[in-house]
Parts: sequence; structure tokens; C-alpha cells
Amino acid sequence: MSTAWVSGSLPVSVDADKCIADKGCTICVDVCPLDVLEIDATSGKAVMRYDECWYCLPCEQDCPTGAIHVDIPYLLR
Amino acid sequence: MSEDKSITVDVLVIGGGTAGPMAAIKAKQANPQLRVLLLEKAHVKRSGAISMGMDGLNNAVVPGHATPEQYVREITVANDGIVNQHTLMAYARNSYPMIEELDRWGVKFEKDETGDYAVKKVHHVGTYVLPMPEGHDIKKVLYRQLRKHGVEISNRLVATRLFKDKDGRIAGAAAIDSRTAEFHVVRAKSVILCTGAAGRLGLPASGYLFGTYENPTNAGDGYSMAYHAGAELSGIECFQINPLIKDYNGPSCAYVTGPFGGYTANALGQRFIECDYWSGQMMLEFYNELAGGKGPVFLKLDHLADETLTKIEDILHANERPSRGRFHAGRGTDYRAQAVEMHISEIGLCSGHSASGVWVDEHARTTVPGLYAAGDLACVPHNYMLGAFVYGKLAGEDAARYCAEQQPGEIATADIVAERERVLAPLSRTEGLSPNQVEYKLRRMVNDYLQPPKVTKKMELGLARFAEIAADLQRIVARNPHELMRANEVSFILDCAEMAARASLYRTESRWGLYHYRLDHPERNDTDWFVHVQLHKGEDGAMRCFKRAVEPYIIEVGEHERDAYSRLRIHQHEVAA
Repeated sequence: MSTAWVSGSLPVSVDADKCIADKGCTICVDVCPLDVLEIDATSGKAVMRYDECWYCLPCEQDCPTGAIHVDIPYLLR
Repeated sequence: MSEDKSITVDVLVIGGGTAGPMAAIKAKQANPQLRVLLLEKAHVKRSGAISMGMDGLNNAVVPGHATPEQYVREITVANDGIVNQHTLMAYARNSYPMIEELDRWGVKFEKDETGDYAVKKVHHVGTYVLPMPEGHDIKKVLYRQLRKHGVEISNRLVATRLFKDKDGRIAGAAAIDSRTAEFHVVRAKSVILCTGAAGRLGLPASGYLFGTYENPTNAGDGYSMAYHAGAELSGIECFQINPLIKDYNGPSCAYVTGPFGGYTANALGQRFIECDYWSGQMMLEFYNELAGGKGPVFLKLDHLADETLTKIEDILHANERPSRGRFHAGRGTDYRAQAVEMHISEIGLCSGHSASGVWVDEHARTTVPGLYAAGDLACVPHNYMLGAFVYGKLAGEDAARYCAEQQPGEIATADIVAERERVLAPLSRTEGLSPNQVEYKLRRMVNDYLQPPKVTKKMELGLARFAEIAADLQRIVARNPHELMRANEVSFILDCAEMAARASLYRTESRWGLYHYRLDHPERNDTDWFVHVQLHKGEDGAMRCFKRAVEPYIIEVGEHERDAYSRLRIHQHEVAA
């Protein structure tokens, strides 16, 4: 399948300094109803992998270190 | 080919949102010896329509405020007479005991100073709204009960099709793991479908695929699975359309703000509807005002006292849609100074709000032996969250009884092989279409051709486009298990789109206000259409609609009451007088 590089503003941002996924935490990945977050293999931190956000906020509210912030997706703002 | 993952249980519950956990708990309570498996596409802790909680019960039948008979009459009228009153009565009678049980489990409902439930009036006639200002914990409460009762849980498993044995009884389901793409076969004596609304049917006006009113995980999975299993579906033409904040997927929340003095107004600040309860008739007046010279429509709160507004914000910004405050802040909207611009949602199928769903009786049984349905996807009109709990309970208890009398059914190997091949095909392709492109096009076509007011020729054109997209499904490429899940969801959405078009074309009249407003059949016609429109997969594999008579009422509805919901509009000369 042909692919293209598309840049865009993503709703979920992760503060890598606060994120403790490298210590085994997967809470944000577990609670996302759309399964759009994952732990990046290189950095060991949580990242938004798919722009399929319902901005419902469990990832942000359940994060034990306050590392996640969810913005309203740009198209809706 | 690798071995399939396989498990055998007594009761399989598909969907761990609202109805599903209750069904699983009640099946276990009825018979603790049963093996009960709860299958969830996301994670049970935060899944379904109430992943972030709920701010109230919309249909509480609390003694002293309402009776089951009153409730049955109200919903009969609100749904233009097309109801099976036995199913409404089963809900109404179980409504209060369910509230008491949830209360004992730790769900917090608003009470007055004497400890009685503080029920509010929002409906046109009766009083049924019970606020839950601290309703954000409801999923945690359910999760504790699941653990306590020893329900087995499988997260991140996406059910794709139901299996039947040679006698036509339900025998299990196929599923894929959304993380590994492993193919699972679950054998079960009975299956309870609790997969929620078809919420990813229309495309939100923003164009953002996942900015839907319903949790977008609910792609219509259960509607499609029930259809392919040969079950009857009903009232599909009675679409879900909701009044929402423009560009944001949150409800206008007249239910929350109404009892505090908030209301829906036009651009002149005038009320134009008597009652903010969501019905097709209310949505038609909303649509008329939006499209008319006095539009758009607003939620008016700026006349309220500061402390009242703070209370409203505390409820609205902490439950159900907590990002609402963030949306308003981004636009510089403050309830104290501005009215909130509103709009109408994309279309969906959801019996929780309107009436479209899998046909069930008062025990939550579908027309397929051993198959049950509960919650937003089961046809019990205006059932909402409390209806999902009640029907989850009814389904769980009846399924437990059913299992006691049944031997496990045999699933034909050929059926398993065919389903594995169908479901995994997108992973084996390297050239073709991406799931999100196909989904975007499909849902744009749904908007173009099915969004009410409905037009015959447009719906026929829609069916032609949907047939082309059906061919495109054979070209979808999934690069990983996540995209495979999305690819399967596109097929669910396509089935729902075809059902929505065919059921709408079949009913050649208008009914339920905007939900089924046909410009070329604008009048209600009780002589020919005081019936349910059913839809199923015919013997030849094609989609077929037919009529089912409305069961004789058990609660009389008077001549004058019958049209109460058709008299919602406030005429300005009345206000002036």
C-alpha cells in the first residue's frame, strides 16, 4: 500500500519526564477505550499511536504521575 | 495455519460497558456454578457509553414520583405508539429495585434532606430524572462486583460473528485480539449481546471520525452480528439524532440544567419547545428552528445566579463528558455571559435514546434460541442507562435458566474456517485501501443520503454507493492488529448503513418527528403503518423487511394523551397573550 507522511496536531501529549512507562506502568494504554496509546519501544514512554481520540480523559485522569494532557482535537476546537 | 485460541463457557457476554457487566453478575448470582465470560473490546474498567460515569438517570420510576403504568404510557406516547408495552413494563417494574441495588453497591444518587431520592421533571408529562452529581465512579462500582462474583474477563477481544449449531441454536462466537490479531473461538450455550449503539454511523459535522456522540468503540458490532446470525431487528428507521453543543459531542444537557432553570432557546433568546426531553418530535422542532430564520439554537444559562452556574459546571465538567469545560474554555465561552451554540448530531442507531435495535421480548430473548440482547442495541425504546442495567439483569438471569436445560451446541468446522479467513484477510494484503479512508467515505455517504429529512431517491442512491463500498471491503489492507480491528468495524458500519436505508425506505410514511421524516411521505399513516418494521437476513442471504403487529396494549392510552408529544412547539402569539 502506498503511504505518505502526514503531519498534524494530535490530541494526546505525554510529558516524557513524568511518564513512568519505562518502569512498567501501562495504565493509560490499558484504560483507553479506543486503544490509541502504546509504549514506544525506543523511548520506553507512552505515545499516541493513532489519531482516533474521543477526548474522554481516562488516560489523563488515571495517570498516576499527571504526565498526560488531552486537548480537544484541532478539527473541533 | 496456527491453532486457534479456544475456550468453552456456559454464558458468553459480549460487551463490558453497562448492560454486559450486569448480565454477567446476574448470571453468576443465579447459578454460581456457571462459567461466565465477559468479552470486552477495550478494557472493562473504562469501556462503553459510561466510561467516565453518568450524571443522572433519565428514566427512574421511583414510587411517590411515578408509577410503572405512567411510565409505560409516557414512553408509548413519546415513541408514537410503536412499542411492545410488555418490554416497557418489564423495565418499569424493575427500575426501582435496580436503583436500590445500585445504591447498596455504592452508586450515589441525589437525595433530599429527608434521604428520599430527589427526582426531577424533564419529560413532557411525568417525573423521572434522578441526578447523580457524583456519578463518575459507576464503572468502578461495577468492576468490584464483577470481581466479587468471579466473572471471567477477557479484555481487548473483538467479537466478529456469532456461531449457531445445526439446529439453529446459538453455539458461540468468533473474536480477534486487537493487540495480537490471534483468532479466538468461544463456545457457549448462550450469548448475551451488550455491544452498545451503532454510534459510528453518521460522520460528525467536524469531519473527525471519532468525534461522535456515542463512544466510537460502539461501531454497531452487535447489530451486524445479530443480523448475520438471523435475528430480527426492529425500528431501525427510527434513527438516533441528538441535540448537542455545536462541534462538541456533549449533549446540550437540558436534563441537567433544566431543573436549575436552563433551557433551549432560539437566536432571539425565546423558548420554542415546551419540553427538552429528547424525542423525535422535539428534534423536529429543533431542526425547524435551526433551519428557520430564528436559528441557530442555543442553551440559555446566562440568566442564572452565579452559584447555580458553579453547581452546573461541577456536574457537567466532572461526569460523562469531562472535556466539556476544556472545549468551552478554548472558545472563550462562559455560561455566565454567553449562551452555548447548539446543533444536531450525526445519525446513529440506539434504542437507549430512540428505538432501533435487536428485537427482544420481556426476558431479553432475541428470535434466535440462546441469543439475548440488552442495553443500547436491544429494541426497548428510550431505555437509557438504567434500562441497560435492568435488561442486563433480565438477560443474565434468563440465560442462566436456559443453560441449565441445554447441552452445548456443535459449531461446524467449515464455519470456523470461513470466519477466520474472512476476518484475517486484510492482514494478508499488501496493496489496497486503508480502513480509515474507506470508513470516512462510507460515513460521508451516510450523511449525504440518509440524514433526515429522508428522500426516497437519495436513499436509493445511498444503497448503490454502499454496494460499491461493500466491494471495497475486499481491498482493505491492515498493517497491524489495530488496523485489523478498524477494518472489521468498517464492515459493521456498512451493515448498519444498509439496514438504516432499507428500513427507512420500507416504512412509506413519516413518524417519530425528525427520526423518520420523509419529505415524499410527510404524513403519519396509522392505517398502514401502526406496526413494527422488522428486518432480517432472508433465506437467500439478502436483507428483508417485514411488518410485525403491535401487541395489544396492557396500559390504555387516551385519545388526547396520544398526541401529547406532537404539541411541543410554543407559538409566540401564545407567549405574547
